[in-house]
Amino acid sequence: MAQPDDYGFSEEASLIKDSARKFFKNNFSTDKLHRMVADNSDSSRAPESLWNKELWQQLLELGWTLLAVPESAEGLGLPAVAVAGLVEEAGRAAFPCPLLATLNATYVLAACGDSGNAALKEIAEGATATLALTNRTGSWRLQDTEVSATQRKLNGTAWFVQDARKVDRLLVCAKKDTGHSLYWVASDAPGITVHADRIVDLTRDQAHVEFLDVEAEEICEDGLKALEQAFPAIWTMLAADVIGAAEWQLQTTTEYARTRTQFERPLGFFQAVKHPLVDVMIQIDEAKSLVYNAACAIDHEPQRAAEYAHMAKASASETAAFASSRSVQFHGGIGYTWECFVQLYFKRQKHSQLLWGDAAWHRARLADIVLGKID
Amino acid sequence: MSDSASKDNPEQAEFRQHCRDWLCDNTPAEPSFRLPISALEIMTEEQLTYLKDWQKSAYDAGLVGCDYPVAYGGGGRTNCQRIANEEMHRAKTPYMPNIIGLGMAAPTLLQYGQEELKKHLLPRLFSGEDIWCQGFSEPGSGSDLASVQTFAQRDGDAWVINGHKVWTSLAHFAAWMIILLRTDKTQKHGGLSYFVVPISSALDQGVSVKPLIKMTGETGFNEVLFEDLEVDDGLRLGALGHGWQVATTTLLHERDAGELVTPRSGGMKNAATHNANTTNLIDLARKTQYNGKAAVEDPLLRDRIMRQLIRETALEENQRRTRVPALLEHPARLQLQNKLLRSEIAQETSALALEVAGASASLYLGDQNAPAAGQWPLAYMSTYGNTIAAGTSEVQRNILGERVLSLAKSK
Repeated sequence: MAQPDDYGFSEEASLIKDSARKFFKNNFSTDKLHRMVADNSDSSRAPESLWNKELWQQLLELGWTLLAVPESAEGLGLPAVAVAGLVEEAGRAAFPCPLLATLNATYVLAACGDSGNAALKEIAEGATATLALTNRTGSWRLQDTEVSATQRKLNGTAWFVQDARKVDRLLVCAKKDTGHSLYWVASDAPGITVHADRIVDLTRDQAHVEFLDVEAEEICEDGLKALEQAFPAIWTMLAADVIGAAEWQLQTTTEYARTRTQFERPLGFFQAVKHPLVDVMIQIDEAKSLVYNAACAIDHEPQRAAEYAHMAKASASETAAFASSRSVQFHGGIGYTWECFVQLYFKRQKHSQLLWGDAAWHRARLADIVLGKID
Repeated sequence: MSDSASKDNPEQAEFRQHCRDWLCDNTPAEPSFRLPISALEIMTEEQLTYLKDWQKSAYDAGLVGCDYPVAYGGGGRTNCQRIANEEMHRAKTPYMPNIIGLGMAAPTLLQYGQEELKKHLLPRLFSGEDIWCQGFSEPGSGSDLASVQTFAQRDGDAWVINGHKVWTSLAHFAAWMIILLRTDKTQKHGGLSYFVVPISSALDQGVSVKPLIKMTGETGFNEVLFEDLEVDDGLRLGALGHGWQVATTTLLHERDAGELVTPRSGGMKNAATHNANTTNLIDLARKTQYNGKAAVEDPLLRDRIMRQLIRETALEENQRRTRVPALLEHPARLQLQNKLLRSEIAQETSALALEVAGASASLYLGDQNAPAAGQWPLAYMSTYGNTIAAGTSEVQRNILGERVLSLAKSK
C-alpha cells in the first residue's frame, strides 16, 4: 500500500483541527491553565490531579474521543492523521485531560480484534481509559510488565500509569503462564489501589497502580501482538502533542523576543537569540512532517508504521528538549519564575520527551529495523 | 514513502506516461569518463558535450520547461515539471548542465524580460544551447549582496559596464550571464538594476573569465572582469533601480522556494557522482570494519546514522507537507528552510561518513584503496559550496528569523 501524497489529510480532518484550535483558544487560555494547575507552588503539597471536567465533558460531546474508535464499535473510525491534528491542538493548549491516555487504550483495543469491541463501545459512550503496562524501572519494552494474572486475577503493580486519576478504566498488560494477556477493568474495582506519584509536570497526573487479587476481564490473549500493532499510533500521537506544545513555546518566546528590549534593541535583533529560535522552528517542522508521515503510514503503509513512528517520536523528543530549553533561557530571569507560563510547557515537554521512549531509545529501535539487530 | 503518481490529475497522468515511455528508450548510457558531483564542477568539453546532448534530447521530448508558455519554447503545461523531474530521477538520467539558466535565469526572464528577449533567449536556454551563469557576488560583496559595486554607466540607449564578479560557476562555458549592477551610487538597494549580458561573444571585447580553483582541487567557478562592456538597454530586466526586487525572484528560485519548479534530472549511478546521503553512508558502514566488527554494528555509530536518516526523511516530508496547506503554520516557512536544511544535512552526513571510514578517510580521488573511490572527502568538502553559496546558512537563518518569525532585522 502506498501513501497518498497529501497524507489523506481530508477537509474533515482540517475542520476538526481548526475547530479544536478555536475551542481551546476560546475556552482555555494559558492564563486559565496557570491558575488551575499552578495555584500552589508548595513542593510539599500532596500530588494533585487538577483538570477542568466541564470542558472535558464538552469535548466528549463534540465527539473527539470517538475519532479513533472504529465504526464497528460505534465510533467515527477516522484515519490517524485526523486524530493527530486534534492531538496537536490539545498539545498546543497543554490541556490537562485523559485524551492521549484514552486514545492509547483505543488503539490497543482496536488491535485486539472483535474481543476489544465491548470495551471500545464503552469509550464510544464516553468512558476514559489508560494503559497499565510499565514496570518500576520504566522499561519501554512492551513485555516488561510486573503484573501477573492467574485464573483471571491480577496481582502486582503497574508503574508510570498516565493520567491514572482521571480515567474510568484501566487496560492492563499482565503475564500469564502462556504469555501476555490484556485485561479491561474499572479503575476503582475492588483490590486496586492508585498511588499518586509526585511528578514535575503540572499538566498531567501519574500513578503506580497496585493490583491485589483483582478480578478482571481478559480481552486479548496475544497481548504483545496487539501492543506491537498499536504502539506506532501511540508514539505518533504523543509526538503530535509535543509539536503542538513546541509551537506554543516557539510563538511565545518569539513574541517575547520581539517586545523585550535590551541594549536599545529587541532581543530578536541579536543573532545569539534569533538563530537558535530559527533552529527551534526547524526542529518543530521536521518533527511535524515526520508525525504526519507516520500517522499516514498507520492507515496506508502499516508495514512501515513502526519505522516512521520511531522517526517521529525521536525527532519530537529532541524538539521537546530544545524548545523547552530555549523558551526558559530566552525569557531570562522572568522565565526562571513560577509565575511565568513557560514553566508549564517546559515541564510538560520534559515529561513527553521521555514518555514511551526518548530519542535515543527510538533511534536504537529504528536502527534495528533499518540496519538489522545486533547482539 | 509517498507515491506521487496516485495523486496525478488527468493531464499529469498522461504526461507522466509520456515521460516514462520516452525515458524507457532514451535514457543515455553512462559515459566512459568521470562526471563531477554537479553541473557546477564541469571541467572538460567532453563532460559538457555529453551533458548538453542529454539536455537537448530531453528538451526536444518536452521534459524541460514543461510549465513555461509555448511562445517562449515551453511546453504550455500546468504543474508538470515536477512530474518530469520525478520520472527523470527514477530513470537514473544524468543531470542537466544548464542548471543556472533553468533554475535562476529562466524564471527571472519570464517574469521581468521584454517580450522579444524572452522569445529569443528562453528556447535556447531550455535546449541547453546557451549555457548561463550568474553575476551576483563580488570580492567586496558576499553576504551583503546589495552592496555590489560593478557599475553600469548610461550612454544613450546603451550601458557601459565596469567591475568584477566572483564565484561565477559555468562562466567559462557561458553564453549569457544574469547580473546585478549598480546604476546609482547614491542609494544602496534602490541603486541596483538587473540585466542579462553576453559572455562568450564578448570575450576579450570587454569581458574576461579567469578560473578559480576550489578547495577540492576542482575548477568550475571563475572570476569575471568587465572593462567597458557596452550593452543595450533592452537587456535590462525590470525597471531601473528595481534590481533588488528582480534579484529576489532569482534567489527564491535558487533556494528552491520560487513559484516555478526547476527542470532537474539526475539519479544516474556513476562511480564519480556520489551523493552525500544515508543510503551511501549505510552502504559504507556495512563495508567498513570499526574496532573489530562492521561499523554498522557499533551502537554509537548506529545512533548517529539514524539521526541523519531521520533528518533526511524529514526534509523529504517537509517537501511533501509544503503541498498540504492545512498543515502549514506560515506559507513560506518550509520553503525558506529548504536550501539551509539540504546543505547542512548533507554536510553532517558526509562528515559522519569520514568518521565511519576512519583512517581510510585520508585517501582521496585516484587512490586505489580509497573507499567509494575517494568520493567521501570530496563530497564533504563540496557541501561547503552549498552552505556558503546562494546565501550562507547564517544569512538563511536571518531570513527565516526576520520573514517568518518577524524578529527585528539584524542590520
